[in-house]
Amino acid sequence: MTTGEWIRGTSVYRSVIRHGLEDTNRNRSLIIFENLFLHVHPVKVRERSLRFTHTFWLGGITLASMLVLIATGILLMFYYHPSVPQAYRDMKELQYVVDDGVFLRNLHRWAAHLMVFTAVLHMLRVFYHRAYRPPRQFNWVIGVVLLLVTLLLSYTGYLLPWDQLAFWGVSVGTNMAKQAPLIGERIRFFLLGGNIVSENALLRFYVLHCVVLPVALLLLVSIHIWRVRKDGGVQGPPEEGRQ
Amino acid sequence: MPDLDTTLDIEDDEGKPTRRDFFVQAGVAACAVAAAGSGIVTLDYLKPKVLFEPPTTFVAGSPLDYSDGVVRFYKDNKAFVIGGPTGVYALSAVCTHLGCITRYKSDEKAIACPCHGSRYDLEGNVTHGPAPRPLPWLDITEDAAGNLVVDTGIVIARGKVFRP
Repeated sequence: MTTGEWIRGTSVYRSVIRHGLEDTNRNRSLIIFENLFLHVHPVKVRERSLRFTHTFWLGGITLASMLVLIATGILLMFYYHPSVPQAYRDMKELQYVVDDGVFLRNLHRWAAHLMVFTAVLHMLRVFYHRAYRPPRQFNWVIGVVLLLVTLLLSYTGYLLPWDQLAFWGVSVGTNMAKQAPLIGERIRFFLLGGNIVSENALLRFYVLHCVVLPVALLLLVSIHIWRVRKDGGVQGPPEEGRQ
Repeated sequence: MPDLDTTLDIEDDEGKPTRRDFFVQAGVAACAVAAAGSGIVTLDYLKPKVLFEPPTTFVAGSPLDYSDGVVRFYKDNKAFVIGGPTGVYALSAVCTHLGCITRYKSDEKAIACPCHGSRYDLEGNVTHGPAPRPLPWLDITEDAAGNLVVDTGIVIARGKVFRP
């Protein structure tokens, strides 16, 4: 008996991983079904749908950049204090003092740009491939909300360095919200936690950026991917002659 | 096999709400009231009661400092105090387009916004877009020592100059 066989025979291993090693259809299904993280994915995919030109992997790239953003964002949170005296200093410290801080910060920034970019391209791809049509119409709606949440994440993250660009970006943005009829003033007051862009606004944007919006995004992304499976997998270019 | 009583929920008067219907509706209503209440309380919680923001009033010196054509920019208070031909008046320096802080251009006798290029004359009227509204006029009073006190929180009618 080899060590590997012994490990696979233990009751601990068998309680965690229930499928066998043989390359059978049953085992392949079990790998997907019995894993919380994989079960949103279809058990079987057509080989054609994995080809790059089928979907240009745009949704996948968006998802991958989201995972990069979560990982780098959590690491950045260990050094960042969302307070007026410290926010800008912490950002500079990450840039110049913390080991690999500048790498993580730039990775967070570039992944954020990439995520918005590929999310928009993904939306265009779905549109031109007519993949928004029934039965996928509900997933299109979820996708639109996901794009909105992505943009809100981008925007709330914009304030956190607390530099001139951030300050004026949020001044301008919240003044746009103020133009909403009737409740505009109140929306701005709620967003900023006051009348001016100050410590309350910084803290609110921080909580939105690090807790509220990521939780919403994860929830919606899970539904989005699960629905892809339920609606028969990804739809690539429509077949010739089909309307 | 025991004889199961399957007629428990069936009553003779059809269409009349059963006791179960009543409790279900009462439960749903109670949950709805609780949800609405928590929603209102949460919104109220998110509304700050005390704001540690800078005061809206500031002292702008003696009225005698403002002869015709004098423009003083109070950076911290985001306001201009201007001497006109008939008296003193104060303008908000916050651009009415999107809230950037405007600057006074002494060589052109104009107020200009660095963000999107809006321009105003010295009475706050828009001379160049994209600003949608003129700069608001701010309230001026006099304190006991005879100095001007400007309140950036109070907007007054345009053209109402302060005469000491």
